[in-house]
Amino acid sequence: MTAPLIELRHVGKSFAAVRALEDVSLSIGRGEIHCLAGENGSGKSTLIKVISGVWQPDQGELLIDGQRIESMTPRAAITHGVQVIYQDFSLFGNLSVAENLALSSELQEGRKLVSWRRVREIARRAIDRLGVDLPLDALVETLPTSGKQLVAIARALMSDPRLLIMDEPTTALTGREVAALFRVVRDIQSRGIAVLFVSHKMREMLEISERLTVIRSGRVVAAGPISEFDEAAITRAMTGQEIAAEGYRWKPSPNAAPLLEVENLTIPGQLEDVSLRILPGEIVGVSGLLGSGRTELALALFGMQPGYTGRIRIAGQEVRLDSVQHAIEHGIAYVPEDRLTEGLFLAQTIDRNMLATSLGRLSRAGVVQSGRAARDAAGMIREMAIATPTGDRPVTQLSGGNQQRVVIGRWLLNDPRLLILNGPTVGVDVGSKSGIHRKIRELARARGLGVLMISDDLPELVENCNRILVLHRGRLVSDTPVEATSETALGEQLAALA
Amino acid sequence: MSGIANAFRRHPELMVAAVLVLTVVTIGLVNPVFWQPSNLFSLLRASVVTGILGLAVLLVMLSGGIDVSFPAFAIAAMYLTVKAMIAWGFDSILPAFAMATGIGLLLGLVNAVFVHYLRMIPLIVTLGTGTAVRGFILGVVGTSQINIDQMPPKLIDFARTQLFSVTQADGSQAGLSAMVLVYAVVALLIHLLLRHTMLGRGIYALGGGEEAARRVGFNIRQTTFLIYGLAGAIAGFAGLLHGAMIWTANPRDMVGLELDVIAAVVLGGASIFGGRGTVIGTILGGLTLVVITNSLIILGIDTTWQRVVVGLIVIAATAATAWRDRKRIA
Ligand SMILES: Nc1ncnc2c1ncn2[C@@H]1O[C@H](COP(=O)(O)OP(=O)(O)O)[C@@H](O)[C@H]1O
Ligand SMILES: [Mg+2]
Repeated sequence: MTAPLIELRHVGKSFAAVRALEDVSLSIGRGEIHCLAGENGSGKSTLIKVISGVWQPDQGELLIDGQRIESMTPRAAITHGVQVIYQDFSLFGNLSVAENLALSSELQEGRKLVSWRRVREIARRAIDRLGVDLPLDALVETLPTSGKQLVAIARALMSDPRLLIMDEPTTALTGREVAALFRVVRDIQSRGIAVLFVSHKMREMLEISERLTVIRSGRVVAAGPISEFDEAAITRAMTGQEIAAEGYRWKPSPNAAPLLEVENLTIPGQLEDVSLRILPGEIVGVSGLLGSGRTELALALFGMQPGYTGRIRIAGQEVRLDSVQHAIEHGIAYVPEDRLTEGLFLAQTIDRNMLATSLGRLSRAGVVQSGRAARDAAGMIREMAIATPTGDRPVTQLSGGNQQRVVIGRWLLNDPRLLILNGPTVGVDVGSKSGIHRKIRELARARGLGVLMISDDLPELVENCNRILVLHRGRLVSDTPVEATSETALGEQLAALA
Repeated sequence: MSGIANAFRRHPELMVAAVLVLTVVTIGLVNPVFWQPSNLFSLLRASVVTGILGLAVLLVMLSGGIDVSFPAFAIAAMYLTVKAMIAWGFDSILPAFAMATGIGLLLGLVNAVFVHYLRMIPLIVTLGTGTAVRGFILGVVGTSQINIDQMPPKLIDFARTQLFSVTQADGSQAGLSAMVLVYAVVALLIHLLLRHTMLGRGIYALGGGEEAARRVGFNIRQTTFLIYGLAGAIAGFAGLLHGAMIWTANPRDMVGLELDVIAAVVLGGASIFGGRGTVIGTILGGLTLVVITNSLIILGIDTTWQRVVVGLIVIAATAATAWRDRKRIA
């Protein structure tokens, strides 16, 4: 048997007091798709940086083709055929696709002058090689995320790599784009290039990889061919705990008055004749393909689609939700899909983010009562179990899961009656995810909160909801109690709609 | 995105070209005197120093920085050089401009040291160095203005060179200053640097993202020193040119000029967030600014409004580019 392409033996790496990697051994074979899994902070990025020569390991060794590499530098890594696609892609938004593709090879060749004809030729070759279609003259910033990613991949492939490392490549992609990316990855593999795919999404790992290494707190906790794993095993390895799918076992009392009633809700071109009811304490899931009208439904209930027709009643009283202000007054809270750009004030502290929608309530004569505000924020940090010593830290220091708790906690401070969650755990790691689920179920049960949970994550819906609605092209096509369906059944239903 | 917005995004100079044409046509309609060769030539001449300084600022703005020290550097280079010419009795043009350019270069490198090694914000650095250099000139070198009678004659002769002259309707002569050609040469060199050398592309890359620029292999230190050094050198050169063109070396000159120049560059389509801007745009922006501010008189508007107009142009042009670039900061 030939030596593996890359092998790490007993590698350790510390940052001051933090032991980021400990006794990590890992080998990647030629042309293999290898998945590196682990929760946030488990050391995945550090491991990548050891392989790509950004960090020198404190202990252990790194071998390429069975040869020990004494000191790996970024340049040496590139020479050995290691290319990394970082999460932010490291592209230049202000430059054209062609130039982005050509720059690094031009620099590598030590060119001093730019020939735009050569730049285009180089770029054309890179794109043809990847077998995709990209506009050479477009500025990269005008491309969608998936397009930027293709540029980054095309650029990485130009230097004939033997190992392509992708750090969480699917985070910002839609389902269809992920499928397209996987085709590209398999195509890359078919040319004998190995791919190290970093992820914390289990489905993706199971679908794309041949071998899997799971790390937790800097140590390898599981490794082997993908056939030896299923979701439960990966989750167990990643979190170190059994996260059982408990399901939301709760029955509304048969004569409870509905919290929300929607009748014939219509927004031309977006929603048609949607009717639904939510009881207090009920968690209702909404699923559907892209463009099904799920988000439009959420936005309408949050007062952001003032042009709707139809009737909306809250606690039996008819209301007209034609502004966000109104929706909030009627006790509706909305946690958007993209919390980084829509939900959080990234430059602000946790406390300020937490209090963002309650300052009106907390002020008297225009002055915020800071004592009460601080108490409220601190109380909610405790209630939502947000992992931070104090609320005056920047919110950007929190992990994805904790940031999501801040956004949810913010709305809870307003005592809402209906909580709309759009993709509540997108980009949140497994352990944190089940914590958020538990919290949502607890809130529904204890406070009688109605929850509308929009999600692409079918297990998430099955695990948390009483009922699951499926929307398609703006119409409600089914409303099923969770006992009567399953993840597979839902998956098949959606696949049939596609 | 609409086609027009896209065209402006790809060719920021289209916008300013449109503004310039509109301005020129409007002013010409209000007062046809505008079209007299003497007026047109004097506008071109007036845009030379503003324009060259604009090119210096463009370099810095492309990299995502901002420079407000260049008027001080220009004046320092000009005043020191003229003083030296008088004291040491040399008045050849080439050594004089080499000296002014060299002084500007050294001062620019000081900016680079602060920006690169101390990772300080360019605005603060250049506010500091600009103020310090002005203070140094006035406190140590001298406060007295050097007038035409003491100015080195060859310098003045050089700046008076004309490319050609035409006879106007009333029989008077109107000549086009050869300094326009000097401007064109400087602009061409910067254009070639920015568009056709890897060093120049490195400036754009730096403005697009420092980390990404480092990762593809640009030398960030080299690029930073190139940017600020070259900006300083251009400022020094422009300073002496300015003194030669107005026949005076006044150490208190050019106060507040940074705003006009930044206005011209932003008007020319450069992004305040870095990474976007062209030499052509900057030239057109400088021309537009000069045409507007210098035409107030023939429009019958009191010149005290000039500062108001400059301020409004800065705001309007910045708002327009910020609107264009909103996607990038979102
Ligand atoms: N440059 C650094 N300095 C100090 N600590 C770091 C540094 N990089 C990573 N860490 C720490 O190392 C641990 C692993 O981080 P990382 O490799 O980024 O995890 P992951 O990519 O799996 O989310 C974390 O505790 C993180 O705080
Ligand atoms: Mg990471």
